[in-house]
This record gives sequence, C-alpha cells and structure tokens, in this order.
Amino acid sequence: MELIVQGIIKAFELLISFDPEVMGITWLSLKISGTATFISLFIGVSTGTIVALTNFPGKKLVISLINTGMGLPPVVVGLFVTILIWRNGPLGFLDILYTPYAMIIAQAIIATPIVMGISLAAIQNLPPNLRLQILSLGASRLQMVWILVKESKLPLLAAVMAGFGGVISEVGASIMVGGNIKGYSRVLTTATVMETGKGNFDVAIALGIILLLLAFLVNLFLTQVQQRQQQR
Amino acid sequence: MNPVLTIQNLILRRGGITVLDISELTVEEGRILALIGPNGAGKSTLLLTMAGLLKPDQGKLYYKGSPVDTNARRAHMRRSVSVVFQEPLLINTSVYNNIALGLKFRHFSKDEIKKNVDAALDYFGISSLAKRSAKTLSGGEARRVSLARAFALKPELILMDEAFSSLDPPTREALIDDLRHILKETEITAVLALHDREETLRLAQDVVVMAEGKIIQSGTTSQIFSHPESEFVANFVGTETILAGVVETNKEGHLEISINGKIIEAVGNFSAGDKIYCCLRPEIITVSPVTPGISSARNVLEAKVLKIVRQAYLYKVFLDCGFPLVAYITIPSCDDLGMCEHSFVAVSFKATAVHLMKRNK
Amino acid sequence: MKMFRSSKVILTLMTAVFLLVLGAANVFAAKQAPKQKNIILATTTSTQDTGLLDTLIPIFEKETGYFVKTIAVGSGQAMAMGQKGEADVLLVHSPDAEKKFMSEGNGVNRRLVMHNDFIIVGPASDPAKIKGLKSSAEALKSIAKANALFVSRGDNSGTHAKEKTLWKKAQIDAEGQKWYQQTGLGMGQTLNVAAEKKGYTLTDRGTYLSLKKNLGLNILVEGDAALLNIYHVIEVNAIKWPKVNVNGAKAFADFMVSKRTQNIIKTFGVKKYGSPLFFPDAGKKVENLGK
Repeated sequence: MELIVQGIIKAFELLISFDPEVMGITWLSLKISGTATFISLFIGVSTGTIVALTNFPGKKLVISLINTGMGLPPVVVGLFVTILIWRNGPLGFLDILYTPYAMIIAQAIIATPIVMGISLAAIQNLPPNLRLQILSLGASRLQMVWILVKESKLPLLAAVMAGFGGVISEVGASIMVGGNIKGYSRVLTTATVMETGKGNFDVAIALGIILLLLAFLVNLFLTQVQQRQQQR
Repeated sequence: MNPVLTIQNLILRRGGITVLDISELTVEEGRILALIGPNGAGKSTLLLTMAGLLKPDQGKLYYKGSPVDTNARRAHMRRSVSVVFQEPLLINTSVYNNIALGLKFRHFSKDEIKKNVDAALDYFGISSLAKRSAKTLSGGEARRVSLARAFALKPELILMDEAFSSLDPPTREALIDDLRHILKETEITAVLALHDREETLRLAQDVVVMAEGKIIQSGTTSQIFSHPESEFVANFVGTETILAGVVETNKEGHLEISINGKIIEAVGNFSAGDKIYCCLRPEIITVSPVTPGISSARNVLEAKVLKIVRQAYLYKVFLDCGFPLVAYITIPSCDDLGMCEHSFVAVSFKATAVHLMKRNK
Repeated sequence: MKMFRSSKVILTLMTAVFLLVLGAANVFAAKQAPKQKNIILATTTSTQDTGLLDTLIPIFEKETGYFVKTIAVGSGQAMAMGQKGEADVLLVHSPDAEKKFMSEGNGVNRRLVMHNDFIIVGPASDPAKIKGLKSSAEALKSIAKANALFVSRGDNSGTHAKEKTLWKKAQIDAEGQKWYQQTGLGMGQTLNVAAEKKGYTLTDRGTYLSLKKNLGLNILVEGDAALLNIYHVIEVNAIKWPKVNVNGAKAFADFMVSKRTQNIIKTFGVKKYGSPLFFPDAGKKVENLGK
C-alpha cells in the first residue's frame, strides 16, 4: 500500500516537473499512434466506403472478414509483421524492424479494420436513396462519395477515436516490432511494462496515469462533439 | 407535341427477375404524367430509370430525341432532370445549402445560385427557413425543402416518387395545391409516382397505370378514370362497384344487362349474350327516399342499407339492391334521409354513366 | 453556424494530425542513422533493467556514430534471434547454451565481458532454513524437503538456465511440484512475485540490488562457485547471415571489452547501491573467476 502511495506521489512529481524522459515517451506515443490512426483513417474510410457502396459477389464474406478484423489480437499482428519484416523475411530489405515505422505499420494494421468496419456500417446506415439523390442533383461519383462521408462524419469520428484508443493502449505488437528501444521506439505502454518489470513502480504509475489521461481526453473530445451534434 | 422522354421496349432486371418491362412510354413536353399502381408495380424503378440513375438491361431511352445509352449520356441527362424521392433526403447542413447543393454541382455562378435558391424558397413559402439546419425541420418543411431543391435547378423534367406519402392530411393538402400551382406556372414537364387517386385527379393530366413492371393502361386522366379497360384499372382508379353481368338485349346501343337476375340499363357497343363488367363509380349514384320523384335516370332500384362508414367528409354507404353497390353521400343528406343500417332507400344512376368492360371469364 | 464550427474542428484535427506526421517523419529521419549504422543488440533483461546499457550505449554511439537497437529479452530468445540472423551482436549469460550456439557456427569471437553472481533470496522467516549454506545444491534440497515455495522465471532466460543446472546438480526434479511455480516473466517481475508470495527465488545480484528497497527479500545463499553469472559478448556469424552488420557487431564487442568500458562496469552502481553490480573480466579465463 505504501508502495502505491509513494508511486502515485512520485508519478505526479514526474508529471508536474515535465520529466523529459516521460514527456519524450508520451510525445513519441502520440506521434506513432497518431500517424498510424491517420493512415488507417485513409485506408479504412476509403475501403469501408467502397465496400459499402459497391455490390460484388462475396461482399458478405468481405464484411464478415472486416468485422473479424476489428478484433485482431495485437500480438498476432505483431508476430506476423515481425516475421514479414525481419531481416531474412520477405520484406527484410526495408530494414525497418525495431523502428517507429514498424510500429506505425503494425498499429495501422490493428486500427484499419476498426476504422473500416465502423465506416462501412456508417455508410450502410445512410438512407439507401441518398446517393441516388445526390447523383441526380448532378454530382460526380467522387462528389457523391465525399458528401456521403461528410454525412456520416459523427460515426467516422467515433471510428477514428476507437482506432486511436485501440493502438495507443496496445502493447503486444509495439514491443515485438518496436523493441522498446530507449528514446527511439519506447512508448507509453512498452515503457510501462518495462518499468514494472524493473520494479520502478513510480515511473510505471506515472506512465499509466498519462495513458489514462490521454484515453480520457480522447473520450471527452468525442463526447463533446457528439453532444454538440445532437443539440442541433 | 414534343416528347421529352421516350421509352421503347425497355427491360430491367434485378437479381434475374424482370422488374420493368415497358414496351412504349412517352412523356410529352409540358405535361404532368402520373404513374399509378399498387406497391411493387415498378413505379419507383421506372422513375429512377427515367432519371438515368438505373441502367436498363435492354431497350432504348430517348431524351429529347437523342438516345441515352452510355454512362456519359446518362450523366449528361441527369443534369437536366431533377428527382424528388419519397424521403426528403436532406443533408446535414442549412436549408439554404441544401437547396444550393445541386446548383453547385452544376457549376452555377454564386450570383445565380443565390438567385435560384431565393426564388425556390419563395415558391414554396419557406424563405424564413433558409438559415435553419435541415435536421431541425418538420416533415412538411423538409418535404418543401426537397421540392425547392429540385425546382431550384430549373430542370427540363422533374420526377417525383410519392412525394406526399408520409405527410399528415392538412400539410399534404397545402403542398399539393402549391405544387399544382408551381407546376402550372413553371410549365416544367413532370412525372409523378402516386398511389392516391385523389392526388392523381388533382395533379395529373396524363396517367399510366402499372402492375408488375408493366404498363396496364395509359391515357389522359379522364380517360383512365372514366373508361378503365380492365377490372384491375377500374379497381385501382376507385370504381367501387364492379359487377359481372350478361347483355340481355341491345336496342340501337341501349343495353339491358342482367346482374344477379336484376336488370339494369346501360349504353355501349355490345351484343346480346356478351359477358361484361359494369363499373358503377360511387359519384354517379344518387340516393333518395324510397318514393322517388321524377328522375331522368333509367335505373331506379330499391336498396337495403348494409353498412355506413364515416370517412373524412362523407359517408361511404354499402347497399344491397340485388347486387352490392357502394355510394358516397354527404353528412347532411344522410341526416335528411334518416338513413341507418337496415333501412331502405332508393338508388338511381344514369344509363350513360355505367361504364362497361368486356369480361373473358 | 454549428455545422460550420464542427467541420472546422475536423479540419483542424486533420491538419494537426498531418503536421504531426510531418514532424514525426522529421524526428525519425533525424534519429535514423544511415542503414549500415544500425546495430541490433540482443541481450538479457538484466543488462537493461540494471541500467548498465543505458550508461554504456550512449557513450558507444557518440564515439562511433553507430545506432544501437537494444532488444532486451531472455538469453535464450536473444540466441534464437542470433540463430536466425535477426541480431548482430549478443550480450548474454547462459554459458552452456552459448557453447552450443557457437558449436553450431552461429556466432564468432565469443568474449568474456563481466560477471556478477546469482544469489538465492527468500523471506526473512526462511522456512527451509537455508541461510548461510555454502552450497547452492544443498539449499535447493532443503527447499524441496521443506516444500517451501520456489518461484522460477520459467522463461528460458540465462537465469532460468542456471536454475535448471542447479536443480540437476541437486538431483531434484522440481518441475511439476506443488511448491514450484513458474512466472514466465522477467527478473524484476519474478522477484516481485516471490516477494508477494513469500517464496524463494534465484536472481542475479544486480537486479536484486536495484530492486531491494521494495522487496523485503533477503540474500540467503551466496558465494558458491556454481552461482557465478557470466556475461559474454558474441558477434553473430556474418558468413551464415550476410545481412548481419559485421563491422558494427565487432565495434560493439570491442567496445564492451575495452579498458575504458571495463572501468565503467567496475564502478557502475557503487554510488547508488553501495557495491558494484558487475565485475569486469575482459581478457580473463572463465576458470579463474570467483577465485
């Protein structure tokens, strides 16, 4: 118990003093997970929209695959990405194992099905005649898709938040493909695991609090936007 | 007359099932055409095809004389046509921006957009809503916005799919009046899918009756309503009473027809022994006290009142005069007649008002 | 107006993320040394958890311009990475497995770097009465006899390998016994588990010293020659795996046995823990250690 109290006190000291190492780790987490989410946003929203708007044989299968992908276990993603990009793997020439890039790739793979699944459902939930209406107003296909995406921006925002929340709190894949290298690929989750292992509970708690804080801010922002939309 | 849109031998399939099979259909410039028929008759599908939003599997569609047979031509035609769907389908922005949307797609200048949007808002009496968010509108307001959006484009052809279906009666009344007025004023050619015969009578000049993807009968509104060619059309245009009968005699066009053993008189070109249907529209039937005065009607029958059903402004009366008959009477005259269920009244109708159709079975 | 505001929010958000990506790319680009400059060092957790590598590697990087990616895993996994050519240089402490690794031609130039020792720690109550025993095998026998809880790493690490050797020596088949539990975790976490459950465990002295303050576990057995914890540096065989950064690996291995590094190792941790965590041994013979 004393340990926890001490840990929390130390954690707040680290936070308030803007400890450079803790801040660096936080910033790197934001950058890596932010970039991964951004990539997943492009791939997820565009693919989700295309799947929602086109009819092709096997569409149901594709949708269930995407929905399954929404629950991809991060360690499995980490494992497969590692196997693909290690030196003697098929993508070894890229030389990106144990780099932030590898973490971005792994996290993007984790987040993309989440974003894809939610955007797919969002576009499918729009009134079926809406796209015909927009086309009949004289829109090109691209303009039509853009309007549909804008119409479902609230669920899409939720998709982004879900994707970001999923990857920033993910540890399995990050530690496997990033290697938890100090000052280079060490992020909040991997550092928390390591500091716990080292028995540095104060730092671990500080990192944990930051992670909670980020999750809270993300949800707060989402709720704000949602509430505002509903007030209209 | 100039045809705006012509369809020839058009077939459209969905999942292997033929949903549209139209051998010929012409929409004349400046006319208001109603597509009527039961749910699933293919009215909406036909409208979407006319709008260039669906690609037919076979057949030709001509827009102002030129064939619409490529995606580019379909896209081109879409820009001269406006479509109003069953639901208002407004997007999540202001009323003004919703109406301006199509004009933006069609590359109107900013000034023109403002001018057209303001005019359309004015037409539909919704100028005060311009800055409102589309999500806050009532059903009637949203419907007006969607119509204004279609008219703002100044289309050559406007297509509407049951545009009044979800509105409450007073809202609908007002909107139908406004729409009739606007269509008359703008002289825009219009095709309206409708399911209400009252709407059809009030708005349309021409009518196409559809069932199961096919055209059953087409003609002017009065032709369709007074001279249905089949039991199906007769039923659909609201002929309450359709009776199977046999022609007994024909004296220079004056027929005596036997229905359930009762003889009525009618006018038509049938021979003795022909099997026919007699259509008795409720509005041709007069109900009076049992001892009638002098009437020019040839057919005067005594009838027992079976049931009286209150409708919006009238009573619908189910009668038995040897065969079933339906009539509408006003509420005051019902009171005057002292009519109640199981009482007796006299009914009469002119021989010339009876519409006859050939019967095959 | 509200509509306008929320699209602005989205726009701002997107711009922010975009700038973030640009920034991230820049930072990574700056950190990312030329490709052949990367060295993957696979090592045991103890060298990282004690903070030794955090002291040494910045010096090495500054001196040579190489960029070291330290992957801290167990010795077993570190050698598995070397075996697949996925690491350039190993810093490990599992001599028997290392010999096998070398004999299979996976590594070259195995050099002694340093040692510390393993110790058996346990609760102050010491239910198996092992305190002060000179032989680790005797101590394990007593633990087994008393059915006292023993917490094992169970992760194929150097420490785990050492522990297995000791059980073998004591002629006890511990695995599967009720009093024998495996954590599958690193040393630090295993020590915490042992402390929580008031069990015995085998640990390297360095990790124990760095965590001592929170544990409440005492050193019960130490000083047995069998308890030596010896670290070697091994360069992965570049002939077998052409992608291995052979120059980088050699540079790092040379650095680890250099006089200056050995001096740093000698004094590392003295200030913080009152005694050194590691003893530099470069150039010595394994047989002479601990004498």
